[in-house]
Amino acid sequence: MDILLAIAIMALGAVVLGAALGFASIKFKVEGDPLIEKIEAILPQTQCGQCGYPGCKPYAEAIAKGDEINKCPPGGTEGVQRLADLLGREVKPLDAEEKPKQVAIIDENTCIGCTLCIQACPVDAIVGAAKQMHTIIAQQCTGCELCLPPCPVECIHMAVIGENIDNWKWKYPVVEIKAAPLQEAA
Amino acid sequence: MLMNLFKFKGGVKPPTNKTQSVTLPIAAAPLPSRLVVPLHQSIGGMPRPVVQAGDKVLKGQLIGEADGWISAAVHAPTSGTVLEVAMHVQPHPSGLDSLCVVIEPDGRDEWIAHQPFDYANATPDEARNYLQQSGVVGLGGAVFPTHGKLTPSKTVPMAELVINGAECEPFITCDDLLMRERAEEVVRGIGVFRDLLQPQKVLIGIEDNKPEAAAAMRAAIQAVGEDFAVVQVPTLYPAGGAKQLIRVLTGKEVPAAKRSTDLGVQCFNVATAYTAWRAIAHGEPVVSRLVTVTGNVHAPRNYEVLIGTPMGELLKLAQPHPDTDGIVMGGPMMGFLVPSDQVAVVKATNCLIAHSERLFPPKAPEMPCIRCGACAEACPHELQPFEMYWFSRAKNFGKTQEYNIFDCIECGCCSFVCPSRIPLVQYFRFAKSEIWAREREKNAADQAKARFEFKQLREEREKAEKAEKLAKAAAAQAAKKAAEAAAAAAAPAKAQPASGEAPPTPNATVAPEKDAKRATIEAAMARAKAQREAVQPKNVDALTPEQQQAAAEIEARRVAAHLIEPEPATPASEKTE
Repeated sequence: MDILLAIAIMALGAVVLGAALGFASIKFKVEGDPLIEKIEAILPQTQCGQCGYPGCKPYAEAIAKGDEINKCPPGGTEGVQRLADLLGREVKPLDAEEKPKQVAIIDENTCIGCTLCIQACPVDAIVGAAKQMHTIIAQQCTGCELCLPPCPVECIHMAVIGENIDNWKWKYPVVEIKAAPLQEAA
Repeated sequence: MLMNLFKFKGGVKPPTNKTQSVTLPIAAAPLPSRLVVPLHQSIGGMPRPVVQAGDKVLKGQLIGEADGWISAAVHAPTSGTVLEVAMHVQPHPSGLDSLCVVIEPDGRDEWIAHQPFDYANATPDEARNYLQQSGVVGLGGAVFPTHGKLTPSKTVPMAELVINGAECEPFITCDDLLMRERAEEVVRGIGVFRDLLQPQKVLIGIEDNKPEAAAAMRAAIQAVGEDFAVVQVPTLYPAGGAKQLIRVLTGKEVPAAKRSTDLGVQCFNVATAYTAWRAIAHGEPVVSRLVTVTGNVHAPRNYEVLIGTPMGELLKLAQPHPDTDGIVMGGPMMGFLVPSDQVAVVKATNCLIAHSERLFPPKAPEMPCIRCGACAEACPHELQPFEMYWFSRAKNFGKTQEYNIFDCIECGCCSFVCPSRIPLVQYFRFAKSEIWAREREKNAADQAKARFEFKQLREEREKAEKAEKLAKAAAAQAAKKAAEAAAAAAAPAKAQPASGEAPPTPNATVAPEKDAKRATIEAAMARAKAQREAVQPKNVDALTPEQQQAAAEIEARRVAAHLIEPEPATPASEKTE
């Protein structure tokens, strides 16, 4: 009798907990792969395709499936480091050389208004119309260089965004070591 | 008036070094050889230049227009000629350049036509707008546009207006002298703030090491007939920090990530009140300010200095000792060595200290933290500097934020008391600017992502729309064809019985279809021809004989080059007739 009661209690517990788990799996279902989102949050969103994928999200998906984490030059060494931390992988040197942050500039005297760069820009950072001069919205430009190859008159060049008073950062405090005066041998 | 004062935790008592520069009254600094006026002198939007090289400007003329609500106008400090609008080195620890208007004074110091602001008949909005146009900003050091702080909160009634005359930082005495010599105008300026904010009471906090200033302010308040309370607060650095002074005078502690207005308190510097009154009562925008020139100099003194005066020229007035090796802008606790003696005095410049190794001996090297906790005891914001230091040093910025690094006011108390001489504030500044940079990058990335996704969405939508359009056109074409075929099939069916003799050819079913097709093609060609003929070139009407001749020559050349068929048709000139 006792044993039956024990079995019944355990069975009841199993049913209740199973129902709770089943309910939770429906109620708190996570859409999509949260890992891909986390990887994508680290990628710099330049959408430049230098990794060989058509945008940051496809590369994030590829990383989640096991692709290398060192294919993103705009993310830099720091990006690789953060991806390695997230995924528990080994830090690898960057596959390409790291470039400083840049912005595209259209030489407006040479521009013929062909709209090819407008079509190439992944973030709609170029304004202009057919046979009208084009120009770059510098704040929106990610520096991906995708507008350079399609330009038939080579009127677009990249300019490095240097340090200015708005983006200047305090440096890491370093201890200055001064050479002590030489002591005369007694 | 007796009043219960409160205390803030921590604080330090560095030697005040204020007596040197208070012996002489305020003097007007002479016109410098040239003025370099930076456009970006206040927090917020960068004012747009409205003058260019070669322009003649008068004293008080607008040279930089405020950009947005949180931004303040910039004016020419004297009359003269604009030499250039160009990048010049800034009084900023980075030593980087920013846009400046360089003015060569003509020596006349001639004012532009200006008149007092009709304050009595103006709405509060007009008054705030006027202060923005006059370039009135917080002169305590933060240079926040004053008009932006003069809107009372809609939800919290304004309880106290705190006026900051504490001037807690060593060496600096410009507010002290201002209150001693120009107390009445300060009091009237405070009256303006009072009218705009409608607080229940006005408290003027002055450190108790400035009894003359407090007495002068009390006398002025009586003379003007106001009921402001002058409160002498204990001399303890940093009692002049806004949050600290509010704590001392009202007992209210401003929580992290909240503003004092959320507690019904607003705080202004005495010099800000003074400039606000000058703007309203005299129509004078902010073109000068009081600057204490002290330190390693022979004759420390307070000067009324035009904005844009090169610091080197100003320092010379106080006769620096020969071993002076730099200029500190601000006090010894929060100031910094300016990158060059050519940088200009700006609205934030309250003090210049001639630097020398005798006055400020170089710090001994940094030693490891011994976890003594002295920094935590000294911190006026009750933070834990040693923890923030560990995490800043390890570049673990998330943790520094957990320890509320953004509440740090960089007052320097922790570095001052540290027995290991760790430059704690340097670490905090480093961590803060790294966090800000990351925030900027994150925002840029988010924006880029949103724009990229929108572009993809748009391209897909356009593709779908195009496909739909094509499908519709194809369907319409097919329907038309079917209708025509049906009509063509019906026509010979009717005609056949009439003629009777025509034998049914093997391709009888194909012929009418072909005929119909040809007919439509011919009809389309005829339409196109009619359309072509309907369009007459309109640019050849009413040409002069020379133009006609030129046109004919070009035509002949084009024929010769086989670009077009020779046209025997009537020339353009005859067509018009």
